Amino acid sequence: MNEASMIGMLSTTVSFGALLYLACIGELISEKAGVLNLGVEGMMALGAVTGFLVALNTENPWLALLVAMIVTAAFALIHGVFSVVLGAEQVVSGLSLTFLGLGLSAFFGKSAVGNPPGAILANVDWGPLSDIPWAGPILFQQSPMVYFALLVGLLTSFLLTRTSIGLALRGAGESASTVDTAGHSVVKIRLAAVATGGALAGAAGSYLTLSLTTSWQDGATAGRGWIAVALVIFGAWKPGRAAIGALLFGGLLALKTRLQTFGVDFSPILLSMIPYLLTIGVLLAISIRARHRPSASPAEIGQVYRREER
Amino acid sequence: MTSDSSLAIELIDIWKRFPGVIANAGATLSVKKGTIHAVLGENGAGKSTLMNILSGVYRPDEGQVRINGNQHWFHSPSDALTSGIGMVHQEFRLVPSFTVAENVVLGASEKIIRRSLIEKEVEQIAQQFGLAIDPTRPVWQLSMGERQRVEILKTLWRKAQILILDEPTAVLTPAEADELGNVLRRMAEDGRTVVFISHKLHEVTAFCDEATVLRGGKTVASSLKVEEVNESDLAGLMVGSSPVISERPPHQEPGEAMLTIEELGTLDDRFLPAVKNLDLTVKSGEIVGIAGVSGNGQREMAQAIAGLRPITSGKITISGKDLTNAPPSERFTAGLGYVPEDRLGIGLAPRLTVIENAILRCYRNLRKSIFLVSEQAVNYCKEIIDRFGVRTGPIDDPIAGLSGGNLQRLLVGRELSGNPKVVLAAQPTRGLDVQGVKAIQDLLIAERAEGVAVLLISEDLDELLTLSDRLLVMHEGEIVKEFDPTTAHRHEIGAAMAGKRDES
Repeated sequence: MNEASMIGMLSTTVSFGALLYLACIGELISEKAGVLNLGVEGMMALGAVTGFLVALNTENPWLALLVAMIVTAAFALIHGVFSVVLGAEQVVSGLSLTFLGLGLSAFFGKSAVGNPPGAILANVDWGPLSDIPWAGPILFQQSPMVYFALLVGLLTSFLLTRTSIGLALRGAGESASTVDTAGHSVVKIRLAAVATGGALAGAAGSYLTLSLTTSWQDGATAGRGWIAVALVIFGAWKPGRAAIGALLFGGLLALKTRLQTFGVDFSPILLSMIPYLLTIGVLLAISIRARHRPSASPAEIGQVYRREER
Repeated sequence: MTSDSSLAIELIDIWKRFPGVIANAGATLSVKKGTIHAVLGENGAGKSTLMNILSGVYRPDEGQVRINGNQHWFHSPSDALTSGIGMVHQEFRLVPSFTVAENVVLGASEKIIRRSLIEKEVEQIAQQFGLAIDPTRPVWQLSMGERQRVEILKTLWRKAQILILDEPTAVLTPAEADELGNVLRRMAEDGRTVVFISHKLHEVTAFCDEATVLRGGKTVASSLKVEEVNESDLAGLMVGSSPVISERPPHQEPGEAMLTIEELGTLDDRFLPAVKNLDLTVKSGEIVGIAGVSGNGQREMAQAIAGLRPITSGKITISGKDLTNAPPSERFTAGLGYVPEDRLGIGLAPRLTVIENAILRCYRNLRKSIFLVSEQAVNYCKEIIDRFGVRTGPIDDPIAGLSGGNLQRLLVGRELSGNPKVVLAAQPTRGLDVQGVKAIQDLLIAERAEGVAVLLISEDLDELLTLSDRLLVMHEGEIVKEFDPTTAHRHEIGAAMAGKRDES
């Protein structure tokens, strides 16, 4: 392994890490508000194809990103309405979103398969910074979405811990009746969180097609939405820890695509299992620690809240 | 309608119907500013519903809510809070993982939260009313009494002028209850109005200025001056006739040991020792009472005996059979009836029907090969209902609609209908109305007469003194003293509950 391929791998680690992180933060916001959304894979696929199609037709990558985020936010609200308003089982409703999203993206993306991109999100030019050895190519020759992901992470962290909106949002996931009594609408908070989660999954999807693969094909998301869901748990529902996990999991994804080029004889299939194995390990650690304190997971995640029940 | 400017609250002719139940049928309430007003009534009298209407949780079907003379229609609890009405619910509305300060400011209008600032402000309000609390501690670490202070702080933070407390002393130790009384008095002196829901009469006479009594969803006595009435008047109004409390059963010689516990040890939910080296014997035809301040291992001991909590040491036998490691079902077949303190949590399944709940313990005997014989199940259930006087709707409806007293009759009935040799009853009468209490107490007395060994865990000292043949006091997971209930003095028992032993 030479220096160039090492730098290449680390750079890909950051790219993939940012992709996972965006979707992960979206899911984290949703789960913090008490809604488990297992539709990330489907939302990401729909965002990917929407972004690609809009870019193809308008040649404006930013418009493509925006439309993709709006479309997936609306798409996520299907889950929101079913699980939050109508009280459907969140696991079932979320899973349906995954299958629906994968199906819709395959259907609408059919004509776009094999097309060159209409426009891409070009890497940000940081001037002299990008010439720094190692750090330049790894950190300063990236898609704008990488910096967007970082910004989203910081903002989310601030929002959750330092604002009254964040307090209410966390409260909705920990004890919905408390938040209701305090005068916030649990339904509104949860719907907003689900929509935000959808928008961020859509952003991750369009990042994939507008910056990373710059093409569309069926199944382009390749299970990355699921890794993002696992990442929320791995990061113990904390944006900071999730960032570390995103880089770790991003590194594993980067390694998987380069194993052959490095000439290492290790099954990429086994490698792609590692994020899930690590997540199970973290779950175990969390549950052991939870013997002495409340678990890191939002206490009322997955539970329907109804007010006038007696 | 003219209104009296000295009145903080007027509820006029309130009706509220739920499916199958009329909770309020023309209830009224008038509360003067700056007073502590008790709302009394048995379970199911409509107290909680009326207070939930006042605090905006429910909307009345008919009737008026007037606050300081102005009519209001509250659409939500926050509406009511804006009008200065704060409610402390029986089940606390707190986020366990948040700190005290975070819980207090949840729902505040400031967009950005500065932690140190809000902690200081919360501390200030707490000191002003004598509420001792550390604003930086997470709520899950707090005792029930401390959590209640957080609830009160929440309403004070939102500048509530009217504070409603729904059975606030149910979760408190006697000392904490006295302290609460002082806090409320301070708030009333500060010009705030306090509505205090209770069915503990001595607290009403101790803390409150006036009392309103509800029965069957209606107001039967309005704004009585507490100084001018006595406890038995109030009790009479609550039940509509003189209260009947069970009498001490006649003496009988106990038989052989039925339940034997040797050197029992078990851990609490935080994995700290809850019961230490506990020895206990209950004989046939004997009621052994366990007294103690709640949280001294009674709950854990009961769960260990029932087989719901792993034990760290010791031996449990029922009529000579070693059941130390037996699963709960085997203990039931061996003759253990268990009435847990958490009725709807582990005693009954709220979404299952009356029949299903009735046969939960013995459905194995009501089947043909793998199929349940529904006819037998129905008969079994009807037997329990008849024998134990459970008032229910259709028996294939979920039990969630039953009142507390009827739920308890069903639960006790189920546990007693297995013809147990040992009955373990934890807080069997807590939260029941006077008739419910008597019914359950009489059942325990009848079991004793039939030679059943009864272990009764209760926080009601009068109940223990009336029913027990022997009274044991538990403190920090150990039996610290044994009393003869016919001769024991309350203050001696109180001292033992505080940890004073025989030797010292």
